[in-house]
Amino acid sequence: MTMPGSRTMERPILLKLASNGFLVLWLIAAVFPLVWIALMSIRAPVEALSANPLDVLFGKTTFEHYYAVWVTHEFWRNFLNSMLVTAGVVSVSLTVGTLAGFGLARFGGALAVWLLIIALIFRALPHSVLVTGYLPPFLSSRELLAPLWESHWSGWFFQLLSPAPPTLYGQPWAIILVLVAINQPFTIWMMRSFFQNIPSELDEAARVDGCTHFGAFWRVIMPVMWPGVITTGLFSFLLAYNDYLVTALLLDTQSQTMVPGISQFLNRDTRASDQLEAIAAAVSITAPLFVLVLAFQRQIVAGLTAGAVKG
Amino acid sequence: MKGKTFMMFVAPSLLMMLLFIAIPLGLVLNQSFHETKAVVERVTTENCTPGFIAPTCTTETRTIPKLGADGKPVTVTDFVGFDVYRRVLDLDAVARALSPGGGGIADILQIDYWKALRFTLSFTFITLPLVVGLGLLIALAVNAIPRMLRGPAIFVTLLPFIVTPVIGALAIRWLFLGDGILTRAIEWVLQQDISMFAQGWTIEIMMLIYKVWHVAPFAFVVFYAALQTVDQDTLESAIVDGASRFDRLRYVVIPHLAPLIVFVSLIHLMDSYRVFDEIIGFASQAHVISLQYLTFSFLTPDETGNRAVARAAASSMLTMIGIVILLIPLLVRTWRMHRESRR
Repeated sequence: MTMPGSRTMERPILLKLASNGFLVLWLIAAVFPLVWIALMSIRAPVEALSANPLDVLFGKTTFEHYYAVWVTHEFWRNFLNSMLVTAGVVSVSLTVGTLAGFGLARFGGALAVWLLIIALIFRALPHSVLVTGYLPPFLSSRELLAPLWESHWSGWFFQLLSPAPPTLYGQPWAIILVLVAINQPFTIWMMRSFFQNIPSELDEAARVDGCTHFGAFWRVIMPVMWPGVITTGLFSFLLAYNDYLVTALLLDTQSQTMVPGISQFLNRDTRASDQLEAIAAAVSITAPLFVLVLAFQRQIVAGLTAGAVKG
Repeated sequence: MKGKTFMMFVAPSLLMMLLFIAIPLGLVLNQSFHETKAVVERVTTENCTPGFIAPTCTTETRTIPKLGADGKPVTVTDFVGFDVYRRVLDLDAVARALSPGGGGIADILQIDYWKALRFTLSFTFITLPLVVGLGLLIALAVNAIPRMLRGPAIFVTLLPFIVTPVIGALAIRWLFLGDGILTRAIEWVLQQDISMFAQGWTIEIMMLIYKVWHVAPFAFVVFYAALQTVDQDTLESAIVDGASRFDRLRYVVIPHLAPLIVFVSLIHLMDSYRVFDEIIGFASQAHVISLQYLTFSFLTPDETGNRAVARAAASSMLTMIGIVILLIPLLVRTWRMHRESRR
C-alpha cells in the first residue's frame, strides 16, 4: 500500500504542463478572432488585407473606417435605436419579471408549477415562429386597431395617445414589447431562483408587522434583491442588444438597430474598404459588450450558474 | 401567499406572454392552414389590324389580377387544409426520390425543408459533445492554476460567449475570407490553394468551430462553479483507497457534475436548434440553411414585395413540433422534480 501524502495531490509535472499548455491555447483561441478584427479595423485597406500578417500587426494606425461608418454612413442612428430598444427592454422586462418571479417563489400551488413549465416551453420556441405570428398583424395594424379608435367608449382614450391607429411595423416601442415578452420566460425563472434564496421569514415578519404582500415586497425585499436584478438585467440587455432575427424583420431602415444594421456594409462587399467598414462596425458593436464583461464579470458568472443550481 | 395575491403579482407578466407569445402562436397555426391569393380574371381581347379582303384578327386571353374599387388587387383567403405543409415538405418529390428510379436520400436533401432539417439536427448533435467536453477541460485547467490568475482567465474565457452571435460568426469568417490569416495558415500546412467558401462542407466546419467557440464558455462557467463544491473528504478517501487521478475524475468528480452536464446539454439543445445567426454571419444560405433561416427567408419580401406568410407559418409549426419532441424528456424530468420537492 502506498502512503497518501501531499505528493499524490500534487499534479505530476507532465500533466501540469499539458493542462497549462491547453489553457494557454484556449485563451489565445478565445481572444484571437476579436483582437485580430480590432487590429484590421485600424489599418489602411492595403495593410489590413495584405498577405503578410506583420502588416496587420505593425501597420500604420488609421481611423478612416470608423469615420466612414459613424459619420458618412450615419451609424450613430443605428446606435441610438439600439440604445432605445435595449434600455426599454431592460427596464420593462425587469419590472414585470421581478413581480412575477417573487409571486412564483412565494406561491406553492400547482398553478405556479404549470406556469413555470409553460414558460420553459416558451423559452425553447424559435423566435422565427413568433415573428411569423407578428408580421401580418403588425403590417395591417392600422386597420385592425381602427375599431378601438372609432368606438365611443374607448376612442377618446386612444386618441389621446395618437390621433390615428399606429402601424406597429417599424416602431421601436412595439419591438420593445415583443422582446420583453420573448425574454419573459427566462426572466421569471431566473428571478424566481433568486427570490427562493431570500428567506421567506424576511417578508413573513414584515407581514406579521402589518404590511400587505406588496408592502412587504416594496419595503423588505426590494432592498436585498439588487444582485439578482442586476444579473437578470444583464441577460435582458444581451438578448435585446444581440438580437438580429426580430429586429431585421419588424423594423424598417430608419428605425434599424446596430446588429441588423451591419448588413448594409456586408451586402456591398465590392471594394476592399467596404469589408473594412463592416469590420469597423463589428468592432463598434462589440466594444460596449467588452466593457460590460469587464464591469460585471461576477454578476454574469452568478447568472450563468444560478439557473444550473436550481435546475 | 393566496391565489389572488399570486395572480396580482404575475398578471403583468402573464398578460405579456399571452399577448405576444400565446396569441401569435394561435395566429401562426391559423395562417398555416390558409392561403391568401390575388384574385385573377381571364380577359379575352380581340385585336384587329386592317388587311386586304378581311382584317387580320388575333384573339388573346390573358390572366390579370382583378382590381377592386380602390384600385388595389383583390385578394381572397381560402382554407387549404394541409396543402401548405405538403408544399413545404414537398412530399411528392420525397415520394419520387424514394421510388425505385429516384435518387434516394441525396435527392431528398436537395429540398429546402429537408436540407434545413438535416443541417439543424447534425449541427445540434455534433456540437453538443464538443461543447460539454471542451467546457469541462477548460474548467479543470482553470481550477488547477493559482487563484490569482483565475480572474483574468475567466474574463478572457467569457469573451466569446458575450459577443453578439452574428458578430462572432463574422469575426471567425473574416479570419478565413479571401486571403484571411487562417486560410493562409492552412494553405501553408497543406501546400495547396484552398477556398473555404466554395463548398458547403467547409462552411459547415467553420460554423461548428464558431458554435463550440461561442458556447464552450457557458459550459465552462457552470462546471467551474460546480468544481468548487466537490466534496474534499470523498476525494481524500479515494486517495487513501489508492484511486488514480483518472479514477478520481471518473468516480468522484464526473458523478458530482452529472446533473449539470444534463443542464448544459438541454440548454444547448434549445439554443442550437435555433441556429440562425450563424447562417447570416457566414452568409452560407447558398450552401447550408437552417430551419429558422427557412422561415426567415419566407418572411423576407421577394422582388415583388410579397411575403410567403402561409409557407412561413407552416415551416414555423414544423420547427416548433421538432423542438417539442426534443424537449419532452426535459419536461417530464422537471415535472417529477417539482412533485418530489413538494412532498
